[in-house]
Amino acid sequence: MKRSQSDFIAGFLFALPYLIGLCVFALYPIAMSFYYSFTRYDIFSSPEWIGLANYTELFGDRFFWTSIYNTLYYTFISVPLGMLVAVAAGIAVECQKFRGSLSSGLSFFLPSITPLVAASLLWLWIFNARFGLLNSVITPVLDFLNDFLDSSLTAPGWLADPSWSKPALILMSLWGVGGTMVLYLAALQDVPQSLYEVAELDGAGPFRRFLSVTLPMISPVLFFTLVMGLIAAFQVFLQAYVMTAGGPGDSTTFYCLYLFNNGFLYFRLGYASAMAWILFLLVIAVTFLVFKTTGRYVYYEGEGA
Amino acid sequence: MKTSSLLQRVMLLLGALVFMTPFLWMVLVSLKPSHSSLIDVNPWSPAQWTSTPLEWDNYARSLTIRPFALYGWNTTKVTLLGILGEVLSSSLIGYAFARLNFVGRGPLFILILSTMMLPAQVTMVPLFILFRTFGWIDTLKPLIVPAFFGSPFAIFLFRQYFMTIPGSLDEAATIDGASRFQIYWRIILPLAKPVLATVAFFSFLGRWNDFMGPLIYLSSESNFTLALGLASFQGQYSTDWNLMMAASLVVMAPCLLFFFLGQRFFVSSIVLSGLRG
Repeated sequence: MKRSQSDFIAGFLFALPYLIGLCVFALYPIAMSFYYSFTRYDIFSSPEWIGLANYTELFGDRFFWTSIYNTLYYTFISVPLGMLVAVAAGIAVECQKFRGSLSSGLSFFLPSITPLVAASLLWLWIFNARFGLLNSVITPVLDFLNDFLDSSLTAPGWLADPSWSKPALILMSLWGVGGTMVLYLAALQDVPQSLYEVAELDGAGPFRRFLSVTLPMISPVLFFTLVMGLIAAFQVFLQAYVMTAGGPGDSTTFYCLYLFNNGFLYFRLGYASAMAWILFLLVIAVTFLVFKTTGRYVYYEGEGA
Repeated sequence: MKTSSLLQRVMLLLGALVFMTPFLWMVLVSLKPSHSSLIDVNPWSPAQWTSTPLEWDNYARSLTIRPFALYGWNTTKVTLLGILGEVLSSSLIGYAFARLNFVGRGPLFILILSTMMLPAQVTMVPLFILFRTFGWIDTLKPLIVPAFFGSPFAIFLFRQYFMTIPGSLDEAATIDGASRFQIYWRIILPLAKPVLATVAFFSFLGRWNDFMGPLIYLSSESNFTLALGLASFQGQYSTDWNLMMAASLVVMAPCLLFFFLGQRFFVSSIVLSGLRG
């Protein structure tokens, strides 16, 4: 009895830093952001209540819709593609037990721990249309094809071309899938060998074993990375800020870049807050939707025990 | 069977090579003389590696062209104090959630997990205004102080790891008259080295590489961090690719170094505590 009472006090004291942090750095700002979204606020004068005006202005704002389109384009291609590459790399590393398989795993992982600013500068040059690494590979291949087919294909302009700028950033995001791959690798190593053996006895080939054993066993991790990946991709900002400043045209003006510009470039803090709240609701909606639609395909080992 | 596994092996090594090529190229470019670098660099000709003299000087030049030593010092302060704060507070909170029964523990833990999904953009504007009323704008405080109040992901990792440590240890210590804090500090923490290393590493990465925070809160150059300094480099010296790559490599180096130092801890703690329940 005495122990549980002192536990109660200790528990409260131990958790106190978090309770304070939760209130000051999460709950209070969330509430204030909601309030600001109904005001006109330029930081120099106090906020002025304008009702729903920010929201109605947003729905008529061309850049708002462009930024949503760009962000969804980026998210719905880069996230599934990234998961695919990460699973493939994870399985390749896991299946190959030879000297050097671990160090190749390492080379998949290293890009994901390099500072994103440094990576952005690097890729800025990789994508350089005339002198970049990428086109130094593509151009000779195309030249050969052109000779052969008598065609006139040219290498993409990447970040200089509005129709290639988003694919370029998606390609760059694939370079950073190593963090996800490590999670998959940990999950893959957890799959009991006996399950594969039983499946093999039942006559399942490699593809069938992947579908019926591997995939269900790693589905909790797949699900987790899907949700977190979507949320992270909605917030894509730095690459566009550093590499393209939203251009060319407004082809890489992502949602959070436009939000940042409104808040800290034009000092329209109320407008930016309204955008933040729309993003917040979008994240909640998508998370909910993913839970509803794919949640039931996730297999938890301990379930029903 | 034999050929297919050989094929897989070749694919794997090829993939690894593709992922590493940008790094190799970066090193190559960082050693090129200025002016010639744009046109000369064709990584596919072996002459590239031998013909022109390697300009090791670029590293010194790239780091002195802007006050990178100062940026580095600022970044070190933010990173070290931030790691200290995050590790101390999150492990304490994680211990409470793993071991102590207090009212609202369950719902609070769910709240922690859901704040992991909260987009930073939602709190960005109000926090900027809050820190402005504190007089913290253009200081390093907004980048350091919040760390001392725990971070959701770290709390989660600590809690998961502490749950794997047998509760009988706590009970034995209680019988010997140890207080809850003593149990946490002298028994549980020393047993949690892998997760301590993991949290410290992720905390290091997040803080060393943070861009959004410094971008919003810092305005005078004397307070800049490396990430911010590197980005402003791009605007001003955008044709000096060799210097830009040299500076980028220097900023990257500590991340790679710490990874290799702590590597053996990370795998075990991700496997143990990572994503189960």
